[in-house]
Amino acid sequence: MPIAQDNGQKVWKRRDRRTQLSMWAGYFVTTLIFVWCWQLMSEETFWDFVWDAPRQAADMASRMVPPKWDYINVLWRTIWDTINIATLGTIMALFLAVPTAFCAARNTTPSAAFVRPIALFVIVSSRSINSLIWALILVAIVGPGMFAGVIAIGLRSIGFCAKLLYEAIEEIDESQVEAITATGASKAQVLVYGIIPQILPAFAGISVFRWDINIRESTILGLVGAGGIGIYLSSSIATLAWTQVSVILLVIIATVVLSEWVSAKVRHAII
Amino acid sequence: MTSTSEATPGKSRRWHRPPLIKRPLLRWCLWLGAGIYLAIAFGTLEVNWGRVLEGIPRGQKFISGFFPPDFVTNIDEIINGLNESLWMTITSTVVGIALSIPIGLGAARNLAPAPVYYFCRSVLAISRSFQEVIVAIFMVKLFGFGPFAGFITLVIATIGFYGKLLAEDIEDMDPVQAEAVKATGSSWLQWINYAVQPQVMPRMIGLGLYRLDINFRESAVLGIVGAGGIGVVLNNAFDQYDYQTAASVLLIIIGIVMLVEYSSGYIRKKVQ
Repeated sequence: MPIAQDNGQKVWKRRDRRTQLSMWAGYFVTTLIFVWCWQLMSEETFWDFVWDAPRQAADMASRMVPPKWDYINVLWRTIWDTINIATLGTIMALFLAVPTAFCAARNTTPSAAFVRPIALFVIVSSRSINSLIWALILVAIVGPGMFAGVIAIGLRSIGFCAKLLYEAIEEIDESQVEAITATGASKAQVLVYGIIPQILPAFAGISVFRWDINIRESTILGLVGAGGIGIYLSSSIATLAWTQVSVILLVIIATVVLSEWVSAKVRHAII
Repeated sequence: MTSTSEATPGKSRRWHRPPLIKRPLLRWCLWLGAGIYLAIAFGTLEVNWGRVLEGIPRGQKFISGFFPPDFVTNIDEIINGLNESLWMTITSTVVGIALSIPIGLGAARNLAPAPVYYFCRSVLAISRSFQEVIVAIFMVKLFGFGPFAGFITLVIATIGFYGKLLAEDIEDMDPVQAEAVKATGSSWLQWINYAVQPQVMPRMIGLGLYRLDINFRESAVLGIVGAGGIGVVLNNAFDQYDYQTAASVLLIIIGIVMLVEYSSGYIRKKVQ
């Protein structure tokens, strides 16, 4: 316990001098980096626009009310499409993520030297390319529409699902696997009876969690023509139909809040 | 063992694995519902297989256009965009985390009184409900093209993410330690500093690094709507059919994300 001497009295301190100093040094360096980056950013910013922004925001808000409620009749179909893109994309991602996760987990990979790095590369590249960029590429290949959106969401989600899943596989209780192996089970049987039951709750949790994220992601795919509500959003903004924009934004909030509620309920039920 | 047939002699005694959902009626209803939903969803998908078949050779040509990645021709633009992305990421993460601490404290049920709790929770819910790109479209309208719009967007996204996780972490903390510190007669600030903060700190450092990583990846896409960063270079390359530059930008993004991922894994191990 670090103790300081204060006029001959012993006083309790949370950290000793060395830790305290290195902590302050850490804060100092972070502040320096931050100030430097801020400096670089402000050089590229037109501050007049920034000071004008509150007025602009008030102006935009005043154009948005009252929302044009009738417009929602046009939107029902695209809301359904948006949800479908998220759901089908998640299902596709799960089908691809499961084998990837088994190849990436240290305790189940067929070969730690060759297969594991490839699986890890698949995971990282899928995670680092945003679904909008995937959609941009896929619209060029399969044509505009929902199908491109589903594949974009699917490809983007593989990394996320596989990463969480392989971490779950690496954390399983080995003694259960050993017990199954001791009964003379084949490798496939060990997988089915020893490993899968242990990761099933994690799997269900991950898939619902990703579904929830994908609902949010699928609202923007329309911007590049990959289906969903984004098409209506971008065309309403382009035609300055602000009363329609506010309806769309409200619809998106409602969908996202609902999906979050569903996913929280399901995860509570499982875990 | 939760075998069903065990208790009924006469029938063949075979062990079955216990199902994930215990109630059979609920289980079958869920399966049936999922089947019906999938059938309808696939029905509305409207895949134009002719167009897809046509697209496959086009796709091959498209992908072969990425090779070899061209790092040289537009190197200045790439480095500029990358710098912009990096400092946008750092400033937005720092400001976002700084702002999300008071909101996160207010959104923890065991710290805040009810009005503050509901106010902070709704701030978090709103900042989380829009995808970054949608926020960026509006920010570009308000602040003009350039990295400042991206910065504001990422700050909003960081508040939603970090504030929510901070609030949940505080709600999950060990109340015994908190009570012990309170019993010494500490003030509220001392209580936060000595009882709450040490409990949530290790996880929050990890999450901060994770958010840094997310913000960098997001900054790569915000450029598509004009909010600055490496995404502008990527979008321009796509627009000019300069796929070789696009490939090199994508490879650089993947490389940096891998680097951040490994180093943040290392730092997290050190901290915890």
